[in-house]
Amino acid sequence: MSTVADNILGAPPGISPKPSQPPLRAPSPSSGAPHAAGAQPATVPDFKAAKAALGFWWAGLAAAVAWAGLALLTGLWPNKPAGFSEWAFTEEFAWGAGGVSALLLALTVLARPLAAVVRRVRAAGPWLVAIAVGLAVWEVFTAKLGTLPPPFFAPPQSLVEVYVTDWPRLLESAGASIRLLALGIAIGAAAGFVTGVLIGWSRQASYWIHPVLRILGPVPTTALLPVSFYFFPSSWSTAIFLIALGTAFPVAILTWSGVAGVHKNFYDVARTMGASPWFLVLRVAIPAALPQVFVGLFMGLGAAFSTLVVAEMLGVKAGLGWYLTWAQGWAAYPNMYAALIVMALLFSGVITLLFVLRDRVLSWQKGVVKW
Amino acid sequence: MVSSATIPEVSTAARVTGARIDVRNVSHWFDLPAGPLHVIDELDLSIAPGEFVALLGPSGCGKSTLLRLVAGLEPATTGELLQDGAPITQPDPSRIVVFQDPTLFPWRTVWDNVALGLQARGILKSQRHRVDEALALVGLQDFAKAFPHQLSGGMAQRVALARALVNDPTLLVLDEPLGKLDSLTRLSMQTELVQLWQRAGFSALLVTHDVEEALFMAQRVVVFSDRPARVKQVLVNDLPYPRHRGDPHLAALRHEALALLGLDASW
Repeated sequence: MSTVADNILGAPPGISPKPSQPPLRAPSPSSGAPHAAGAQPATVPDFKAAKAALGFWWAGLAAAVAWAGLALLTGLWPNKPAGFSEWAFTEEFAWGAGGVSALLLALTVLARPLAAVVRRVRAAGPWLVAIAVGLAVWEVFTAKLGTLPPPFFAPPQSLVEVYVTDWPRLLESAGASIRLLALGIAIGAAAGFVTGVLIGWSRQASYWIHPVLRILGPVPTTALLPVSFYFFPSSWSTAIFLIALGTAFPVAILTWSGVAGVHKNFYDVARTMGASPWFLVLRVAIPAALPQVFVGLFMGLGAAFSTLVVAEMLGVKAGLGWYLTWAQGWAAYPNMYAALIVMALLFSGVITLLFVLRDRVLSWQKGVVKW
Repeated sequence: MVSSATIPEVSTAARVTGARIDVRNVSHWFDLPAGPLHVIDELDLSIAPGEFVALLGPSGCGKSTLLRLVAGLEPATTGELLQDGAPITQPDPSRIVVFQDPTLFPWRTVWDNVALGLQARGILKSQRHRVDEALALVGLQDFAKAFPHQLSGGMAQRVALARALVNDPTLLVLDEPLGKLDSLTRLSMQTELVQLWQRAGFSALLVTHDVEEALFMAQRVVVFSDRPARVKQVLVNDLPYPRHRGDPHLAALRHEALALLGLDASW
């Protein structure tokens, strides 16, 4: 059974040796240690050595310099007069950038005692530089030179102002959006999943539901908005319905294709062992289709986001979409930018959440598919 | 079971006597767009309880179709198939098929794959020990928690075997189960399969297109004609087990089988 161990035990995660340090006693592939555990002691110290040898964090130092530059530029270069008093929070923004710079400097200088933190942020070094440079360019072209004129363009410090002064309303809006989104996606995902399994499994259901899905599915849910406002008791329930609809369509289609694409042999194997139709659906068809279901969910999220925002802009009296139109009505452009950023973070957070869920549910796929 | 460190015996309750299978005057057609495809023609075949029968024939001659009929996965167009005198109308856990592909469920661990049959019949909770026994039988008890993608081809096929044996079948239907294995693994699995068959006492029906494999493993080798499948000849191999590949009697039978398949020019 010597073939057994070297086939099953892949390298434990994270001990791939750094290229800078060739492994000391790499076992030649042909000699293949019978137990991967036996190979571990040789690689682990190697790995530690590689970590200690990571050296000075030059990118961190560069980032500290960049952020210090941003702080000085913001604080010392007077803002261009913009027809009204003065951009508020310019000084606070400068101090904030200075704070980030000091923090980064501390991390580079005190790399040894703060090793745990440094290891986490190390990879982000180039991005930290880029962000500071980007903010500086933005600052220069808005507040300092006025090339991008107010009120349509706002300097970074005006966003700070919005977050500091208007955070309760933003928080409330974000909360309202999350509530709508969660309800709509949950209902839509469940309905789409059940529909998909149904048409993938039953010929009758497929005959009746599939054409409807084919015709109505591609209609953007936002196009149904005016009609649905009329049919539903409140704009809130309309929004939930439409978000659910937008999510359900791709989930149903992909669940269906997943269930329909399950290899016949899987069913044959289960059937010869006395599996009931229920067993075939729940234990064979659905687990086999799950990877596809997740693809459908990812697509459904996109539809849900756009439906949500449009519904909030047109009818629902709360949420980030509503905040956007409200800010536009007051020509409060910094508020719009601030809300857009919150929206981006919120939506990408939801997608990240789905990724985490997928990794958990489909952990068996890790060895099969390259993600 | 605790007393010996060797492979545990199949528990006494699990010891089965093989099923008797009768195939009577079976013909089978497939309805294809181009017209009906005649795959099996008036076939008669019997398997005695505990017997090991191999079906040998050219590729595409309808051997695998016959297996599906015997397993109850499809009804025969005409004729009847009997298990211990009762007609075979649907799949049943007493007749388990091992396919050429292991067809392990990739989302289940090895243990859960082997447990499939017991779970499907709703008796897993009370019979969990049978899963462990079946895994031990094929020597994979240490890989219970592994996923199928982590296994080599031979190991995966052994898991498929354990998944079949856990049901204590009275007939094991083997559809080219070793067809995709490398030749060395194949030879050792042939011996393993024969040992399992001898220990458990089920009847076995093996489809293969490997002449040597059929003769080495089976007591009777049924040679089929081209499609539609008819019995061309039955070769009886009464050599006792364990057999030796170099046995002159095997070589003679092999020559005969190849001649029946029209391949003796290279002998």
